[in-house]
Amino acid sequence: MSQQDNVRVARDEDARTEPSRHDQPQQPEVQLPALGVTGTLRFAWTQLTSMRTALMLLLLLAVAAVPGSLFPQRPAGPEIVNQYLEDNPVLGEWLDRFQLFDVYSSVWFSAIYILLFVSLIGCVAPRAVKHAKVLRSAPPRTPRRLSRLPEYGTVLLDPSGPSPAAAVDQAAAYLRRRGYRVEVRQEPGGGASVGAERGYVREVGNIVFHLSLIGVLAFMAVGGLLSYSGQKILVEGEEGFANTLVSYDAFTPGGAFSEDSLVPFSMSLKSFEKVFDRESETHYGQPLDFTAVMEVQDGTGGEPQERILKVNHPLAFGGTRVYLVGNGYAPEVTVRDGNGDIAFQGPVVGQVQDEVYTSLLTIKVPDAQPDQLGFVGFFLPTSYTGEDGVAVSIDPELFNPELNLNSYHGDLGLDEGKPQNVYVLDTENLTELNNRDLDTGGVTLSVGESYELPEGKGSISFDGVKPYVGLDILYDPGKWGVGVFAVLALIALVVSLFVRRRRVWVRGATGPDGSTVVEYGLLARGEDFRLREENLALRRKFEQLWPVTAPQEPGPSSSSTASTPTASSTSSTTASATAGSPSTTPDHPARAVQNRPE
Amino acid sequence: MQPINYQLAGYSDLFMLIAALVYAAAFILFALDLATSSKTIRALETDLARERDIDTTDTTESPVLREHLVGAGGGSSAREAGTGSTTVPGARPNRTGADTGAGGSELVDEDMDYLGTTARPVANVAVALMVIAAALHAFAVIARAVAASRVPWGNMYEFCTTGAMLVSVVYLLFLTRKDIRFLGTFVAGLVVIMMAAATIGFPTPIAHLQPALQSPWIIIHVSIAVLASALFTLTFAMSILQLLQHRREAKARAGTTGGLVFMRLVPSALSLENWSYRINAVGFVMWTFTLIAGAIWAEASWGRYWGWDTKEVWTFVIWVVYAGYLHARATRGWTGDRAAWLSIIGYSCIVFNFTIVNTYFPGLHSYAGLPS
Ligand code: HEM
Repeated sequence: MSQQDNVRVARDEDARTEPSRHDQPQQPEVQLPALGVTGTLRFAWTQLTSMRTALMLLLLLAVAAVPGSLFPQRPAGPEIVNQYLEDNPVLGEWLDRFQLFDVYSSVWFSAIYILLFVSLIGCVAPRAVKHAKVLRSAPPRTPRRLSRLPEYGTVLLDPSGPSPAAAVDQAAAYLRRRGYRVEVRQEPGGGASVGAERGYVREVGNIVFHLSLIGVLAFMAVGGLLSYSGQKILVEGEEGFANTLVSYDAFTPGGAFSEDSLVPFSMSLKSFEKVFDRESETHYGQPLDFTAVMEVQDGTGGEPQERILKVNHPLAFGGTRVYLVGNGYAPEVTVRDGNGDIAFQGPVVGQVQDEVYTSLLTIKVPDAQPDQLGFVGFFLPTSYTGEDGVAVSIDPELFNPELNLNSYHGDLGLDEGKPQNVYVLDTENLTELNNRDLDTGGVTLSVGESYELPEGKGSISFDGVKPYVGLDILYDPGKWGVGVFAVLALIALVVSLFVRRRRVWVRGATGPDGSTVVEYGLLARGEDFRLREENLALRRKFEQLWPVTAPQEPGPSSSSTASTPTASSTSSTTASATAGSPSTTPDHPARAVQNRPE
Repeated sequence: MQPINYQLAGYSDLFMLIAALVYAAAFILFALDLATSSKTIRALETDLARERDIDTTDTTESPVLREHLVGAGGGSSAREAGTGSTTVPGARPNRTGADTGAGGSELVDEDMDYLGTTARPVANVAVALMVIAAALHAFAVIARAVAASRVPWGNMYEFCTTGAMLVSVVYLLFLTRKDIRFLGTFVAGLVVIMMAAATIGFPTPIAHLQPALQSPWIIIHVSIAVLASALFTLTFAMSILQLLQHRREAKARAGTTGGLVFMRLVPSALSLENWSYRINAVGFVMWTFTLIAGAIWAEASWGRYWGWDTKEVWTFVIWVVYAGYLHARATRGWTGDRAAWLSIIGYSCIVFNFTIVNTYFPGLHSYAGLPS
């Protein structure tokens, strides 16, 4: 048998004693009907928990996750999905039917990962039980033919060397010191052998890793139930926020959310500072720093305190955290109606469109009499009118703030009670008053200016600009569990990938000439690329422990390779360098005696 | 905030270009080495063929000669030797028998150790050029970092140039221990592509970081991500070679020769597979870390650790593909070629994530806008 065959056979034996690998050969199809109900179920379960299925499900999961990055997702931004549906009515409808706008909560995505995790439990639980038993039992018995192991060697001892049993005892003591669990046994044909194994923690790592993934998923589910997230825009110096449902601009509760989990706190924006890059030529005007000075009150009572809120540095109120996720400008306007009464006064939050803070403005004035008024247009922090006569913003800071608006009168459609997007003006029942393309022209206002609307419909004045911040307010009690299990998974992964699990057997027997022959073999369980190094280390140690006779010259054919330390021949150069100088030091026996276990 | 040192940044750009050119030269020399070595191998082969004719023993069965002939790719690695159908993960390929006195010298070692049997002066010059290029490159990257007083991975240009540097440094580090000169053409080629992509595709003048990126997590998260990507780049090259080598081995077994001659300088497919597995395992741990650190950063920055943002989706996809790769190595029928394909697919996802997703997919990375 060639050396390669040795390797193969040994590995196959390993695989046979390793049912946890679950990769049994497929049963022939024809057997199926004969299995009966329980048989079929068991067959299905075996299939589901097989490595091949796990692999398929993993690959399927990877593929299934991709569409979520190709199509807009509802949880991330329902408006974008609606826009997409409007732009692609036919395709969009089909995509929606297959839940491609809700990929990560879709039936098919859930089915894949639930199956994967069922498979995982079915795979790992029996492994865990089995390994628990292994942990309590002695290392395996010594195989009859050590030469069939992937790493194998023989040491011929001098007649002056220890007896087989003593040599095995010494080897066992050494292996124990090397971290092996050992068991010395009498051999049926005389002599003794030791079975040793180390790296049990590798399997523990594998099991803990997989179970931690379940932990991650479980706590994500907990978060999905108990969490909430909300958004709020706060304008500098304006009314603040108190943590009650009515205060939020937008609110998304988890499946089992209850209002009791809203911890009491309140906050308002005292001031907001932005710093932009003024040195770089290429990145002139790039934001460098945002600082929001907040006035907060933690709990119901107590003095309000000042606190700094920055990007990457949220505020915490119990388990609830407040994040600075956006900012912009809110121009302050006063709108008088056709009767000359103030119908609206205050800041209007502009939607930032670009890096120079060109902001989309929508002003709805439902209280205006006799006609309701509406305005849409842009706020430009630093307005600049080019040669084409179109005003654009050229800087994010307020160097030349200007409003460019169109105006409308008529019915805003707010009275029917239908919910409306505050950022969209429904112009269906409105008549245009001002527009760049009309004779009346658009409304262009600098700070402090006013404009009389045509037809005596009223007026609008631009009083000033205030900054605002966009805040995310989030609560997720599951995240700690997710974090703990994720880190545990990482640690377990390292253990499971890099701890080497291996077995060593050493057998001592009496050779034909009456002196002791020590044979040993090594077997890796799982990936182990350093088994040869272990072999050489053992060999070095043995030659140090015992007076060794020189190995016979390796012959030209493969029959001799078994007597070289490794089952192959190239390394005999190494072997003779490290192991080929037998019986060099006379103090070996003495040391061997010292090393003798009691 | 420290002002930017534009002069130093200018040197950085210049050295980046020079390094790219030197890499290109190294690439050409590595390719030349393969070409000239092919000639040497053919000559050696003819010699051996003659020797075999003289030999009276059953030469066709002599593993020594056969292995000798086809280099490491000989038809007797552990995988092919068995009668069964499976590969044994972790089984160590046997070394070729150079010391059995059959004359001649082996070309490669299955453990990729240096043998010193074939002189490859061109390859050695190429390695020297790689070292020079890497030094210039390192200077450029560090100069950029110093000029901006921050870590040099704030945008795609910086990510790509730092990544390319790590690829070449990791390669050179491996080279001190292992003879992986056969990878040189691929590694130098990939580095040149990365440098060209960075300097031509997305050149970005030096600047400060925007507020969202001003976090210690950028150091932790991105550095490991770049390192993992560098490792995956190496295994990508090895997996491609593995596929080529596997085909050649199949041909050699079938008795036909052919295929790319330079593949004889490359270790056997099994050896390549084992090595890419070892590197991929390390890369996978790093990627897992990247994923977790990214989630922690997202939590600190946006308040949610996971939101299926396009970037997060692709990081996850990559992670799952490499998890699949690790599983494949423990699944019957999935080792060998299929595992190599998974490794290649995983790397393609990384490239896709970096190029297409970064540039064309809308993500959560603008910081002036309104919340949703
Ligand atoms: C959520 C899905 C899963 C992920 C992300 C995953 C990930 C991994 C990773 C990264 C490894 C390599 C590290 C190690 O050896 O511990 C691994 C190994 C392993 N996994 Fe999974 N796994 C998953 C599901 C499963 C399932 C369903 C099974 C059972 C059918 C399974 C069985 C195994 C086994 C047996 C190994 C050890 C392979 C070896 O001996 O080298 N895994 N898994």
